[in-house]
Amino acid sequence: MARLAQEFIARGADLELVGIRKEFPGFTAIENLDLHIPAGEFFALLGPSGCGKTTTLRLVAGLDEPTKGKILIGGKDVTATKPHQRQVNTVFQSYALFPHMSVLENVAFGLKQRKIEDPMTKAVAALELVELGHLAQRRPQQLSGGQQQRVALARALVNRPSLLLLDEPLGALDLKLRRQMQIELKAIQMEVGLTFLHVTHDQEEAMDMADTVAVMNKGRIEQMGAPEKLYDRPHTVFVSKFLGQSNLFVGEVAESNASSISINVAGNKITVPTDRAEKHTGTIAVGVRPEKANFHETEPTAQAGLNLIGPGEIIDIRFTGVSNQYLIEIPGVGNVTVFAQNVGKSPVTELGANVWVSWKVEHSFGLSDLPENSATESISVI
Amino acid sequence: MAFAAFGHGGGGGSAPSAAPTKKSKVALFLLLPGLTYLGLFFMTPLVSLIITSLQVPDGSGMMGSYTYGFAIENYAKVVVDFWPQISHSFVYAFIATLAALLISYPLAYFIGVKARRFPLIQGLMLTLVIAPFFISFLLRTFAWKQIFSNESAAVHFLQDVGILGMNDYLVGTPFMVIFGLTYNFIPFMTLPLYSILERLDIRLLEAGADLYATPATTFRKVTLPLTAPGIISGTLLTFIPIAGDYVNASGDFLGGTKTAMIGNVVESRFLVLNDYPTASALSVLLMGVILLLVGFYAKRSGTADLL
Repeated sequence: MARLAQEFIARGADLELVGIRKEFPGFTAIENLDLHIPAGEFFALLGPSGCGKTTTLRLVAGLDEPTKGKILIGGKDVTATKPHQRQVNTVFQSYALFPHMSVLENVAFGLKQRKIEDPMTKAVAALELVELGHLAQRRPQQLSGGQQQRVALARALVNRPSLLLLDEPLGALDLKLRRQMQIELKAIQMEVGLTFLHVTHDQEEAMDMADTVAVMNKGRIEQMGAPEKLYDRPHTVFVSKFLGQSNLFVGEVAESNASSISINVAGNKITVPTDRAEKHTGTIAVGVRPEKANFHETEPTAQAGLNLIGPGEIIDIRFTGVSNQYLIEIPGVGNVTVFAQNVGKSPVTELGANVWVSWKVEHSFGLSDLPENSATESISVI
Repeated sequence: MAFAAFGHGGGGGSAPSAAPTKKSKVALFLLLPGLTYLGLFFMTPLVSLIITSLQVPDGSGMMGSYTYGFAIENYAKVVVDFWPQISHSFVYAFIATLAALLISYPLAYFIGVKARRFPLIQGLMLTLVIAPFFISFLLRTFAWKQIFSNESAAVHFLQDVGILGMNDYLVGTPFMVIFGLTYNFIPFMTLPLYSILERLDIRLLEAGADLYATPATTFRKVTLPLTAPGIISGTLLTFIPIAGDYVNASGDFLGGTKTAMIGNVVESRFLVLNDYPTASALSVLLMGVILLLVGFYAKRSGTADLL
């Protein structure tokens, strides 16, 4: 296993998409996509269904042709080549294991096509890597979903592709198995050092596994970066909603100086550091993550570096185990969500209590666009 | 004491096996109508046919007068006398089945796979495949005889371009008989192929391409094995009736004296010459050979469980 892993190292190639556009009859799946994935990186394309992420993957695999643009793998233009000519392998969402072949024959298929020496030994080694050596002679239909998923992974990995494409490979698994496979997949990627392009709609999965996450929406990449960066400083309403939860406040810029800008929301002043805001004039949206906000039963004294709004009424409390989610209705501002860890008594405050909400200015982020209904809102996306 | 022993043995011992016995009785009861039907309408004529095939002339010299006997030599005689017709049957059936497969597979592939996203085209093409059934089989075959008759434009054209000699014609040739057989049985090949190709998972073909297989290899290693059940049922559904067909090869339709198949001999022996033992022996022989061939074929293709 270790030897097989060694052979993979430094075989990953970088992927470059230049001005990709893909039109289907009646709609445009991808408009003008530029993307560069460095060799050896675990890259996640995250987005809701229909955002064009699977189409992107199919273009890279060669299963569909782009209407416009170029695809380069390891610096070589492969746009015009057929899928079987590309050093790319895919773990399909449906696994697409050949039902008329044994697990071993499935894994050896790619090696045999390329007339690689000793395909069976290599296939057995790949099955060992995913800990399924003992099931080599079974038919895929006789395996569980998790096992089939691992066979699909072995079948792709054994070819030592420059680029491994994963099309929601964990989508069909139950939660517990999914978490386990996420850990295994990440471990394998670190071990083999291949370039992984992972398509998913599960934000937790993307943040947990990927080095870089690109959030896709309506055929465009909205924002791209390390998971921590994306979460800490979303640039658009969509990213702030899709990656975690956000409280968004919309207001006219009332004050601005070199270090910070403040908006006025129904008489409440909300400040954001200038370098954490995308837009500095006019009407802007400022957000804060629910776990970064606190609430107080008595009005705290205003202090510099703290945003303070309220008072408002707690209208809903949801118990989620480690924390409680409080929904606070603040007149003129709207509903604000605050997460409070259940370290003491739970709930900390009763339903109907009057509270003030505060958070540190440096936890605010300013967005480049406005929420669709333009009213201040609290958005919960699980 | 005996009672107690019986109670213990009967109650404890046979209880687990009682349920299946009861079930199999119900199954048998439900099978009864079917078995009765088979007994009456399949076994009875079959046994009668075999008995007839062993009959001998009754000595009166009158046509059609035979008496019970055990003339195994009837079989040897039909093989020797009708060897050309027997070989025609199987050779024509083989070629026509192969031709039907080669024509039907791409057709069924187009309807079942390529036209999948266009249900209207799919439905229309399927209707076209079945459409010939709306017209009598005999009429359609006769229409071909007219199209390729000796004085037809088609034959004149073929003679003019030199494909046929000036004194050669199409009707009465093995080509014409095989043409007719292929034409008439194509729907029986296309429909089973369509039904399996329609269910073919395209994602598996994409997986093949992704794993470095060229389209031709993907077809050979993925599509073909996955559609084998359709090929097997299609070839059986065409080969078996073609081997016994007597319309296409008959002189009244597309054939001639040199193209007679087993069916034509059975027809003339039974209905014209009243030579019942010969006709019966040929029929039994045909059935036996087909059973052997099909059994061998099914075993070779490893799909005996599909039949």
